[in-house]
Amino acid sequence: MNTPGTILRIPQITKRQWLRLLTHVFLIFGCFIMVFPLIWLVSSAFKPGNEIFQREFSLIGSRLTVQNFIDGWNINPTYYFGHFMMNTFLMVGSVVIGTIASSFVTAYAFARLQFKGRKPLFAFMLSTMMLPAQVTLIPKYLTFTAFGWINSYLPFIVPAFCATQSFHIYLLVQFVRGIPKELDSAAKIDGCDCFSIAFRIIAPLSKPAMFSVGIFTFMWTWDDYLNQLIYISSVDKFTVSLFLRSLMDITSSVAWGPLLACSLISLVPIIVMFFLAQPYFVQGIATSGLKG
Amino acid sequence: MKAFRAKSRTFEEEGWRAYALLLPWIVGVLLFTLWPMLQSLFLSFADYRIYGKASFVGLENFREMFFEDRMFKTSVFLTFKYVLMFVPVKLVAALLVAQVLNRNIKGISLYRTIYYLPSIVGSSVAMAVTWKMVLSREGFVNVVLGYLHLGPIDFLSSPSYALETLAMMGAWQFGSSMVIFLAGLKQVPQELYEAADVDGTKKMRQFFSITLPMISSTILFNLVMGLINAFQVFTQIAVITNGGPADSTYVYMLHLYRTAFVSHRMGYSSALAWVLTLIILATTGLVFLSSKRWVYYQE
Repeated sequence: MNTPGTILRIPQITKRQWLRLLTHVFLIFGCFIMVFPLIWLVSSAFKPGNEIFQREFSLIGSRLTVQNFIDGWNINPTYYFGHFMMNTFLMVGSVVIGTIASSFVTAYAFARLQFKGRKPLFAFMLSTMMLPAQVTLIPKYLTFTAFGWINSYLPFIVPAFCATQSFHIYLLVQFVRGIPKELDSAAKIDGCDCFSIAFRIIAPLSKPAMFSVGIFTFMWTWDDYLNQLIYISSVDKFTVSLFLRSLMDITSSVAWGPLLACSLISLVPIIVMFFLAQPYFVQGIATSGLKG
Repeated sequence: MKAFRAKSRTFEEEGWRAYALLLPWIVGVLLFTLWPMLQSLFLSFADYRIYGKASFVGLENFREMFFEDRMFKTSVFLTFKYVLMFVPVKLVAALLVAQVLNRNIKGISLYRTIYYLPSIVGSSVAMAVTWKMVLSREGFVNVVLGYLHLGPIDFLSSPSYALETLAMMGAWQFGSSMVIFLAGLKQVPQELYEAADVDGTKKMRQFFSITLPMISSTILFNLVMGLINAFQVFTQIAVITNGGPADSTYVYMLHLYRTAFVSHRMGYSSALAWVLTLIILATTGLVFLSSKRWVYYQE
């Protein structure tokens, strides 16, 4: 666009371009607010311990060092930090497998099979989705105490294998309903019963939804603190959350570095998971709506 | 007749198979939902310390709660304060960013990922540890404020800021609400905006007269989910301030946790759990009632 009277041909910025530029400035500023604690965490974990709290902030300290990681790994006199990571993986992994398997068979039955009481049971299942967790917190603790399951991972794993997360059942029901019924009919004609239809036809097709269920379960269980706090009491069974919390109690200012290094390591699995699962993830939230 | 009989038999057969597939769920519901709920209902009318015997005390727990337990009142007040700060900030931030992202902007998926990231890591203990240090007196935020010749502010160690800080920290995880808003904004028919443009309606006016009414059901959903989560806030506060300083962040779930697992008063804490549930039900119920006036459902 040329305006008359300009001698120098300064490229003119239109109002629309200004607006676009401003939008990006706003979004980038917002991004900074979103990630600065994480950037600080990464930056500090690699700094010499005495430089973490300094009057002048620098992204990279006087030198890059992995000393915090080495100290953090060995900070517990009996167990390496890896032990607590393995505990968490073991617990979370079992919960994920259990949740996927049990939620899938439940969802398949609700979405595809005809049986007496299907409608009221389904309505009941939906209503348990609204049930606030704190109501069952105490009696569940008493029940698991009676079972002798305290200080083990059974209070997490057994309910997972019993499809207690209605949200996941609902997500899978919605997905299975979207699979064409003709596939079932064709398989029936070929002599498949509903078990083989479920496991040989519907299950492979439901992989994307199972994947979302797995990711959500992984993240919620990995991040969870209250339940782990209640059920796990001995150090050898500690999960990462509990271990980090216990470090905070004993930490003098000297040990901030190792604590940050361990925190950083503990975030790596969920962040990696998140980026791997990006497409499924955003889709899953957008279609089902979700807690945050 | 013959065909009918054959059909009803396959129906029956599918019946037992269906129950077989549902078996884990049925066990789970009975053992981990219905039974605990019944037990919890009974316990809320009982005095039960974990190694003793439960004795029925009628409404005594509730009487104690409302007339004697000062920390109960404190925690209810602080929880409402937290909810009133957290929910509006979270929703406004989520809607604002979603609205900006909804115009075909370059790099939208990268932005969306970054804005979603806090929702992934935010509720972990690791992040709580990080926040605690970032916001400490010598922490990063105060260093930055120092460059601007402001502060230092005791974000977490002063009773007048701690709860506010924790509420903002919670609202920082607005990514999941934002993604839901984005989905809602995509549903608004473009013709409405085109018509408004033809009429020369200002963009601001379009936002209030078209966008907000058209996404009102999404707002309702995010509002209800936000409320439910906010009333149950626990991890961040338990790890960062543990109720302090001077009980200024002593929210309801902390009171419940301590009553149950520090004082071992299982009966009284079950009563606390039911009261919290009723508070949540009443609040979301009021929101749903009011929604008839402001939520617009498309035909």
